[in-house]
Amino acid sequence: MEFSFIPIILSLKVALAAVIIVACSSIPIAGLMAKREFLGKDVVESVITLPLVLPPSVVGFMLLVVFGKNGPLGKLLEQWFHTRIVFTLAGAVIAAAVVSFPLMYQSVKAAIESVDQNLEKAARTLGARELRVFFTITLPLAWNGIVAGLVLAFARSLGEFGATLMIAGNIPGKTQTMPLAIYFANESGDTGQASILVVIMTVFSFLAIYGLNRWGKRPKRDSRGDSA
Amino acid sequence: MMFKAHIRKKLPIFELDVDISLSHGILALVGPSGAGKTTILQCVAGLQTPSWGEINIHGKTVFSSEHGANIPIRNRRIGYVFQDYALFPHMTVEKNVMYGKPRKGSTPNKVLTASNVLELLKIEHLRNRYPNQISGGEKQRVALARALMTEPELLLLDEPLSALDQDTRSTLQQELHKLQVQWQIPFILVTHDLQEAEMLGDQIIKLDRGKQEAIKKSTNTQ
Repeated sequence: MEFSFIPIILSLKVALAAVIIVACSSIPIAGLMAKREFLGKDVVESVITLPLVLPPSVVGFMLLVVFGKNGPLGKLLEQWFHTRIVFTLAGAVIAAAVVSFPLMYQSVKAAIESVDQNLEKAARTLGARELRVFFTITLPLAWNGIVAGLVLAFARSLGEFGATLMIAGNIPGKTQTMPLAIYFANESGDTGQASILVVIMTVFSFLAIYGLNRWGKRPKRDSRGDSA
Repeated sequence: MMFKAHIRKKLPIFELDVDISLSHGILALVGPSGAGKTTILQCVAGLQTPSWGEINIHGKTVFSSEHGANIPIRNRRIGYVFQDYALFPHMTVEKNVMYGKPRKGSTPNKVLTASNVLELLKIEHLRNRYPNQISGGEKQRVALARALMTEPELLLLDEPLSALDQDTRSTLQQELHKLQVQWQIPFILVTHDLQEAEMLGDQIIKLDRGKQEAIKKSTNTQ
């Protein structure tokens, strides 16, 4: 069998879309969770982090329940937009976004919490409204954590298998991403295709982690105090 | 009266209870650490909320527990110099100073440019540096410049000189005094150093465990 690049392209598409969704949702949510106290905050936080510890098959099952033909969201989408999530690339994106969200969320929240509150107070005494404080002080100073979260979320999305298989299925050329292609190539005895994909995934994951570690260690010009 | 505050606030080990007023010059709040000095400044600025009382700045009630008034920090027109300077580490000196510049049409008294303020505090040559590339004394000047740029009606200084060496300290003490005369707005200065309070304060209030201990009214009125 000839080597196919399609799973790589599909994986990149899924991971990119998932990371965009995760970035847009996790930054405001992490910002609110880091700054506000409210009733049931711990419960919300636990629910948000749950996909990190649940088996992907459980996440996949839940997504099927929600987005399936008779699921609440699945029904709405079918009736209003005549679209389906199950067995489409959109399903793979949703699965990847759900499982990678907690990684991004935790990274961003920790970064936001580590920003010196005196700097935010100083900005307020200088006349800044909360949104301006967030965008000009908190976010730029939390930037390292945000980048780390983006890389982790991207890597996790790229590697998503279980939930993707359950909600998007394994349709070659349509929803078969790299991890699925590896599994089914190996199952059918096509170790050549599997090996190439395994090498690509491993090299990419290594580079992501290595790059992150290097990034974390680089000397910071914009650190506080004299410890440049 | 340019400034009046009569407030109470419950703190973990004692209750803060102060009644202070200031018409001009520098009010020095002196006392050991943990006496409630910073809490007073933060209540005045709006960074903390008193449990009871009233704060007036320039004839405007910015906080009143009785009338449920609590004007947001950004509308109090207060300059605040933090103990650790709180300069934004990711911005140049110039960007730091410009951060609080009032927008056009928002009732500025003076027409200020960054250059005016940087020149006044002798830090023009630092405008493109980052906070971690300048000395402690320079940081202090930048923090002052940044606070003055907002054209405040009252300037609060929290231990502004405590982290500096003796020489820088005396230079800045003199400059603070000059600055106050020049700027013509009241300053409230928090310090644990009685000598500094005596040198700078037109009025001195001693604080201990949240209570006003002794008040030295100044005789020399500029």
